[in-house]
Parts: sequence; structure tokens; C-alpha cells
Amino acid sequence: MNDSGTFWLPEAASTVAAEVDGLFYFVYWASAIIFVGVVAAMIYLAYKYRRRDPNDRPEPVEESRLLEISWIVVPTILVLLVFTWGFQTFVTLQTAPPNAYQIQGQAYSYGWNFEYPEGAQTTDELYLPADRPVQVRLSSREGDVLHSFYLPQFRVKQDVLPNRYTSVWFEATEPGTYELFCTEYCGVGHSQMLGEVNVLPADEFDEWVAEAGINEDELSLVELGELQYQRNGCQGCHSLDGSAMAGPTFQGLYASERAFADASSVEADENYLRESIIEPDAKVVEGYGSGIMPSFAHLSERDVTALVEFIKEQQ
Amino acid sequence: MSTETAPATTESVETEHDHHPPHLQHHFVSSEQQFDSAKLGMWLFLITEILLFSALFVAYAVYRNWNPMAFAEASSTLDWVLGSVNTIVLLTSSLTVALSIHFIQKNDKQKTVISLLSTLVLAGGFLVIKYFEYMAKFEHGIYPGEAFAPTGSGYEYLAAIPYVPQFFSIYFVMTGIHGVHVVIGMGLIGWMAWRAHRGDFSDEWYTPVELTGLYWHIVDIIWIFLFPLLYLV
Amino acid sequence: MEAAAHAASQTDAEPRTYLNHETSLWEWLTTKDHKKIGIMYLISLAVVFLVAGLLAMAVRLELMSPDFSIMSASQYNQTFTMHGIMMVFLFIVPSIPAILGNFVLPLQIGAKDVAFPRLNLASWYVYIAGGALTVTALLVGELSTGWTFYTPYSSQQGTAVIFMTGAIFVSGFASIFTGLNFIVTIHKMRAPGMTWNRLPLFVWGLYATSIVQVLATPVVGITMLLLILEQTLQIGIFDPALGGDPILFQHFFWFYSHPAVYIMILPAFGILSELIATFSRQRIFGYRAIALSSVAIAMLGFLVWGHHMFVSGQSAISSIVFSLITYLIGIPSGIKIFNWIATMYKGSVWLQTPMLYALSFLFLFTIGGLTGIMVGVLGVDVHLHDTYFVVGHFHYVMMGGSVIALLGGMHYWWPKITGRMYNETLGKIAAGLVFVGFNVTFFTQLVLGSQGMPRRYYEYVDRFAELHMISTIGSFILASGLFLVLGYALHSLFYGKKAPQNPWAAATLEWTNVAAIPDPHNFTSTPLVTRGPYDFHKADEVFGGSGDGQARGDGAGSDASRLAPPEAAPSAPKEDASA
Repeated sequence: MNDSGTFWLPEAASTVAAEVDGLFYFVYWASAIIFVGVVAAMIYLAYKYRRRDPNDRPEPVEESRLLEISWIVVPTILVLLVFTWGFQTFVTLQTAPPNAYQIQGQAYSYGWNFEYPEGAQTTDELYLPADRPVQVRLSSREGDVLHSFYLPQFRVKQDVLPNRYTSVWFEATEPGTYELFCTEYCGVGHSQMLGEVNVLPADEFDEWVAEAGINEDELSLVELGELQYQRNGCQGCHSLDGSAMAGPTFQGLYASERAFADASSVEADENYLRESIIEPDAKVVEGYGSGIMPSFAHLSERDVTALVEFIKEQQ
Repeated sequence: MSTETAPATTESVETEHDHHPPHLQHHFVSSEQQFDSAKLGMWLFLITEILLFSALFVAYAVYRNWNPMAFAEASSTLDWVLGSVNTIVLLTSSLTVALSIHFIQKNDKQKTVISLLSTLVLAGGFLVIKYFEYMAKFEHGIYPGEAFAPTGSGYEYLAAIPYVPQFFSIYFVMTGIHGVHVVIGMGLIGWMAWRAHRGDFSDEWYTPVELTGLYWHIVDIIWIFLFPLLYLV
Repeated sequence: MEAAAHAASQTDAEPRTYLNHETSLWEWLTTKDHKKIGIMYLISLAVVFLVAGLLAMAVRLELMSPDFSIMSASQYNQTFTMHGIMMVFLFIVPSIPAILGNFVLPLQIGAKDVAFPRLNLASWYVYIAGGALTVTALLVGELSTGWTFYTPYSSQQGTAVIFMTGAIFVSGFASIFTGLNFIVTIHKMRAPGMTWNRLPLFVWGLYATSIVQVLATPVVGITMLLLILEQTLQIGIFDPALGGDPILFQHFFWFYSHPAVYIMILPAFGILSELIATFSRQRIFGYRAIALSSVAIAMLGFLVWGHHMFVSGQSAISSIVFSLITYLIGIPSGIKIFNWIATMYKGSVWLQTPMLYALSFLFLFTIGGLTGIMVGVLGVDVHLHDTYFVVGHFHYVMMGGSVIALLGGMHYWWPKITGRMYNETLGKIAAGLVFVGFNVTFFTQLVLGSQGMPRRYYEYVDRFAELHMISTIGSFILASGLFLVLGYALHSLFYGKKAPQNPWAAATLEWTNVAAIPDPHNFTSTPLVTRGPYDFHKADEVFGGSGDGQARGDGAGSDASRLAPPEAAPSAPKEDASA
């Protein structure tokens, strides 16, 4: 990401960003002028009419009707102007062009899955073509909580709900890498629910999307396991590098001795791993809470086996 | 300011109370001021009651608007005859409580107590009928929330309709909270009856009876809205 | 007999005041005196503010740099949740009405007490019960919902949520009781001559606040109740997994919580009017505009809740309508700012600590209001929503507005409450520290937010590191200022100079007609009001009548005169004298 932002706003990388920024700076400068005026008047009056003697007894000031009306009318005109402008920008933000490229986005605790019309799937990485309107249709996973899809460099944001679709559209202008944040508080992993937005030139994007349509049957078990690890959001809680997250790391997990909260222990063999995927609360390692990990019993037999094989690889 | 007031200008406590009627609290200037204050306070409280229920009415309206069929089906299983009887019972109790105020204004202690007690009996009757209605639903597995599992003819088919549980959740929450209000009202009316019997009130001062009556009317009015929305529409 | 009472008070070494009258713990706990209840609220709220403030310091410390950590993500979430809940529901909402409103309102309108003293005491006990439930919630489990309790996240959390929402339900009653009491008091208990046009603006502020309290609080009550039922019975109103609608919860929640913002800020406006008028010794410019705009804000405040939900998935049309009404509410707030500044014109501005807080308020609240316009702009809010810009904005309004006004008000009425003066020099230093610390902390957060930093983040990307560090440093400056206030306040209780009856030469009844430390029954004789609250040109008694300087507003005053009943102030015609 290049650092071409201003003091107030990050770099602008979508068509709508320029419009939003224009509006932001208009309100900003209007506010700055009002603010400076208010503070200057305050300081001037506080100094000019400072108390010189404890027995000062100023004459009462008659109210000026004209002055009062003017400072009602002028701000009203100003805010109505700002409202109209903001309203127009909002309509732009809300109305996707009919030819927009459609991407399905699914949020879960704590990550993002994206699926492209050509069959490609990505996790925590959103690939976008430059100079082409894109609409992302968003929902949260069944039984999951609210999330929010925020691309600061694009100036767009949309809450993501379970059992309902919401959508957001934008048109990226510059190839590059940008940020994706979750902005609706969703739990311990909220601040780790980040993604990366890769904007590619249109032709490169077409190439990428054609290649990325993976045929799962051709993958080896370990490769499929890695794909499932990302798709199911395992990385939200289980690291591969030994760092502690909401769940135990996968590094060196296989064949290690697992100590449980009830003081029993068992060696982590294939059956233990399988059980932990399908029935997570059957055995909970000491220091971790039960009821946090959902069951993944819905995965196919091959997917589960692939995950087990993938975990075995992490030594 | 009224002129027949107790001395408000002096602050010496011993003398102050000599002039006061027993019910007049020291920080009020006159009985009139005290009564007006109490009544305004009660009205404000009743407004909060209405707003409390209004959120539930909004929830009802929203869900009904989204799922009119489910709400119609679920509503049809409620017994509108019992509902109507209960409406009449409550309306009558509003009348008796109004009568109690009428009688205390005439300083008729005995009739006041009798009207209050009949209000109490009618309120009890309302709750008994409500109890049978609830039981009839519980028998068929109609519970609020997760426990909702309809059984028996006339109810089983509800299980297949989505958002029927929402109707019953709202039904039980609304009538339940209303029922709590009825119980509180009965407590207040019973207390008023006892105080009236003891001779606390007269045509000079009957503020608590009047306020209890106002409260009872609002409980009644809320039912008047609940009944058609839940049973009839 | 009045003369006898006077004679008695002159012979006694220490005349009867509300502080030396009925002083046992039991008498305090059963008191119906609005002044003592105000003090009980003051102590309870100070504890809450201290705890919630320390939680805020913990949050700032955690965020100081990306590599530095003092707690886990889960602890962090619990910390900011408790900071938010305690500050909003248990501190700022009750703060000004419960402390200063209780103490000052009856004094300002010339009443012996509020209309329902027993209800007033009950409100304190209900509040304490809410506090006890909060502590229970902390003991039974983790609470990490954020102060907004958004479903379905909150309905998937443990039993702690049930106790916490219960606590909010219960403390809501305290708020309703206070509001109801004030409305009736203002309507029915005013002294002779205290017409609506002569009400001090603090009373107007409290009146508008009370309307909002009475109308909005029941809705949050029932919402919390539904949330509890959702957790216990799974009734499926708000949780989508059960067929409920999370957006409905947001509507219900903000229907209360937006007006709650006005519960917090309207009494602050009231305090501001008192401070600016008294310390400028000038009639408030546009009295009627300020009074009525408070009521207008209270009413319009009910129609803008949807501006918290522009990106929630609510319909675009509702967003547009809510945005428009949001602007309309900005205008009355603007009018007030202009009127306060105009009040200083041709006045006699005395920069004592309370006035410094008032000027701080004008500075900070203007930023708070203008950033509010910014987030109200539909297109821009999409970018700014749920970022630190919003965090910065509401701290400018809530803390820069409400809390700063509370501090100003506490300094202003401190002599009347305690009978002691605080140390003026330390007061000015603390006001400076608070002002600087506040801006360093929260202005950086405005920049952070518009740069894209989301709120409620335990960790953050490196480009935000510098600003977070500055913000944390600012929070320490702010905290040092606040601890300095606590320090000299406690010191003044024991060693402070004894306060004269009217150290600021103010013209409202609590200064002109009440002894230095008020009598248990407030007034020695019912006041007769013959002028407006800020008519300094008519208020001869403020200047010590012939100008002997005893109450000329220099914080001094002879000790002999301080507890003598005020003579110069007009009193109601004495009926037993005429009879």
C-alpha cells in the first residue's frame, strides 16, 4: 500500500472515494471556519470584557432579534446544503450499476470467504479487477454474529447479518493492495478479522480468476486440508506457528500428549483429531473454554480426513 | 398562590405542624398543591407504562406485518370467548373502582370499601380465567420460546408454520407483563380497601384512592388494546 | 416567633445547617432531604466514575503500542465493555440530574424540597440495587458485549448478560423516578413570583432532560427485559438463529440510547448558562431561545435514532429521513453556543475555575457538535461509522460536554454544598490539565478514525501506532488533572477556607436567599421572586446593597456574616404577620 493519504484521510482507491473526500473536506473546512470563529469570538470577548473591578456592574445588553435570526438561518441553509450533498453521495453508494461484477462474500467469526462467479474461492483475500464496478453480496454464516465489511481506502462499509443478504458496490481505480477490516464488534477475534484486498489490472484479474477455480478432486489430501483450514476459518483460532489464540496451535499438535481440564490426558492421534473436529467439546484441553468451537460434522468424510492429514503435517 | 394556606413563611418546625392537616407533608404549602403534584406525578408514571407496552406493540406490529398468515393461524387458536369474558370482567372492575372514588367523595366509608373489594374480586376473576387459558395452551405444548412444541389435534399443524413461535412469545410476554400489572394493582386496591376501612380517607383527602383508580384504568386500557390485537385481528 | 428563631441562631455558636442536622449514618440513609440525597448520589457516582475511568486508562495502556500488551483480547473486550456500560448507564446518565439537579433544583426555584422526597430516596436505593446487580454480573461471568448489547452476539453470551441487562433495567427506574420528580417539582413547587420566564436555565435544562428520561427510559427497560427473555426462554425476537431480527434490537436500543445522549447533555447546557451568566455578570443573551431550544432538542431527539444505523441494512429511505432530522437538531445546539458567547459581550468576565470549565466546554462541545454534523452526513458516515472518529466524536460530546460541565458545576456549587472554598490556583491548573489532556487524547482519535481505525480493536495495523501512542499520553495528562481535582476537593473538605454565602456574586435564589450552608429546610422564609435569574442590574443584594464588599464576588466575605440569614433578599409577604 502506498502512503498517498492526507492528514485526515487514507489513500483514495475507488471511484466513490473522490466524491466522499470532496464532501468530507467541504464539511471539514466549513466546520473549521465556524470553529475558529467561535473560539476567536470567545477569546476576544473574554479578554475585552474581563473583570477589572470586583464591583463591576455592567449594563444589561438588549437582545438583537436580527442577530438571533441570522444565526438560525445561516446554519440552517448550510446544513441543508450539506444534507443534500451527502444524500446524493449516499444514493451513489447505494445504487450498484446493473453490470457490476458479482462476488459472494461470507463473514464468520473470524474471517472472510469470497466466491467468484468463475468458481474461484478465497479466504481473507479479496481479488478485484481495476476499473470495473464490483458488487459484493454479503451474509454472515448461519448462527454467527454481526460483522461489518469495511474497505477504508474505498470509503465503503456495510454491516453483515446472518440469515439475510446485504450488498455493497464500488469500483477500484488503482491496482495495489488495500485493507479490509471488520468494523462490527464480533468477539475475541474482532481485531484479527482482517483481510487483504488485491486490485489487479483487468486482464491480470481475468487470468487469475480463471486459474483460481480449483478442482478439489485433483488436490492431494494435505493440499485439500490446507484449503479446508482456510475455508472453515480454522486459522481464526488455531495458528500454525505456535502462537496462542482462542484455540490451541496446530504446530506440533499431532502425537503430543494432551492434558484436559478434568486432569486426564491422551495422545493426540488421528482419532483424537477427528473427534475434536466433529465433537469439539468431547475433550477440552486445559486452559481453553468449552462451547467456543462449533462442530464441523457437516464436512464430507474426505474433507475431515484431509484436515487431519494437514494437521499431521504441522510439526 | 392560595390564601388559605398554612404558614409557609416561617421555618420554625414546632409551630409549622400545628397548622397542618395530618396528611399534608411539610414541604407542600397546601393540600391542593400536594394533590395536584401527586396527580401530575401519577399521570407521568402512567405515560411511562404506556411507553413500556408500546415497544411490545411495535414488536407485535413488525412481526405481524412480516408474517400475517402465521399470526392469523396462531391467533385463531386463542379462545376469543374467554378473552371477551375477561374484557367484560376488567371493564366492570374499572367501573367499581370509579364508584369507590365516587363514594369516598360522599364520605361513605362502607360503600367505598365494598366497591374496592368487588374490584379486587373481579381482578382475581380475571387472573383465574387467564390461568385456565394459559393451562389450556401449556397442555398442548404451546410455550414461549424454545420450549414451543405443539401437540394434540388443533395445534400440531402449528409446528410446521414458521414464526408461529414468535406470535406465542409475544402473546405470553405481553399478557404476562399485563398480568404482573394486574397483580400489583390488586395489592394496591387491597391496601386501599384496608386503609379506607381504617378510616384514613375522607372527602377532604382521598388522593391514594384516586391514584390507584388511575393506575387501574390504565391496566384496563392496555387490555382493551391487547385483546383485539391478540385474539381478534 | 421568627424573630425568636433568629435570636436562637445568633446565640448558637454553630447555627443549624443541613450538614450538622441529623448526622448519624442511619439518618443519612433514611433522609428525605434532597440535598443529602444529592450528596449520596455524588459519593456513589464518584466511585463509579473512578472505576470506569481506571478501566479507560487500562484500555489506553493496552493500545499504547502494537507490541505492548497488559491483557488478553478477552480481558480487553471485558474492559471496554465495562467502561462503556458504567460510564453511560451508571455515571453520565444519572450524573448531573442526580447530583446537582437534586441539590440545586429546589433551591433555585425556592422550594423546600422536591415534590416526592420519598421517591427521591427510593431512586437512590434503586440505583444502588442496579450497582449491586452490576457487581453480580461481574462475579458470575465474563461480560464482553460492548455497551450496545447488539444481538445476536449478546444473546450468545453467558449469564453475565442477564444480570447486566437486569442492572440497566433496574437503574432505569432510578432515572424515571428522578425525571418524574423533577417535572412535578418544576410544575408545582415554584416559589411565588417564580414564573416560567424567571426560571434559571439550569432548571429549564433539567426540565427538558426529565421529559426525555420519562419518555425514553421505559423503552430501554422493556428492551432489556426482552433481551433477558431471549436469553432465558429463547423467545426469538432479536436473535436471527431463532427467527428474530437483530435490526429490530438496534431500533429499540437506539430509540432509548440516542435520547439518552440528550439526557446527558441537556443538563450540561443548563449548567453552562448558569456559569456564563454569573461569571460574565450579564443577562443571558437569548434566554428564551436557550430555554425553548432545550425543549426542542428533547422532542426532536426522539426522531433521530436511526442515524446510528446508516450501514446496518435498514432501508435507504429511513436513513435519509433520519439524516435530515439529525441536521435539524444540530441547529438548536448551535444557537445555544452563539448565545453563550454573545452573553460575554459587554459583560464583566471573571475567569475563575468554573468559568474556565465553561469556556473549555464551548471549545470542546463545538468540536463535538461539528464532528456530529460530519458523521450525520450520509455519504461520509459510511466511511466514518464504527471507527475511532465516532469514538472521538462522542467523547467530545459526552466528556468534553457533559463531564466538563459537571466539573464546572461542581466547582461552582462546591461552596454551597460543602461550605468550603477549594484552592483556586490548583483548580485552574487542573482545569488546564484536563483541557489539554482531553484534546490530546481525543483529537488524535478523530484523526485515527478518519484514517480508518475501527473501534473496539484489541490489535491494530502499524500505520496507526503513532497516533495511538499520542492518545495514550494524552489520557495520562487528563487523568492527572482529574486526580488533582479529587485531591484538592478532599483537602478542601477539611482545610478549605470557609465559604461566604455568595462567593461568586450570583443572582439565583440558591446564592441570594440561602445561607452559606443551607438550612435543612432550605429557606428561612419563602422567597418572593421579583426579577429574572440573571438580572444583575436589579440584583442589589448581590453587591451587598450599599457596596460594602461583603459579597462582591471575590471569594471573600467576613466569617461573621456567612451563616447569618440573608436580609437583603425579598421575601414573600408574611401571612401570620398580616393575620
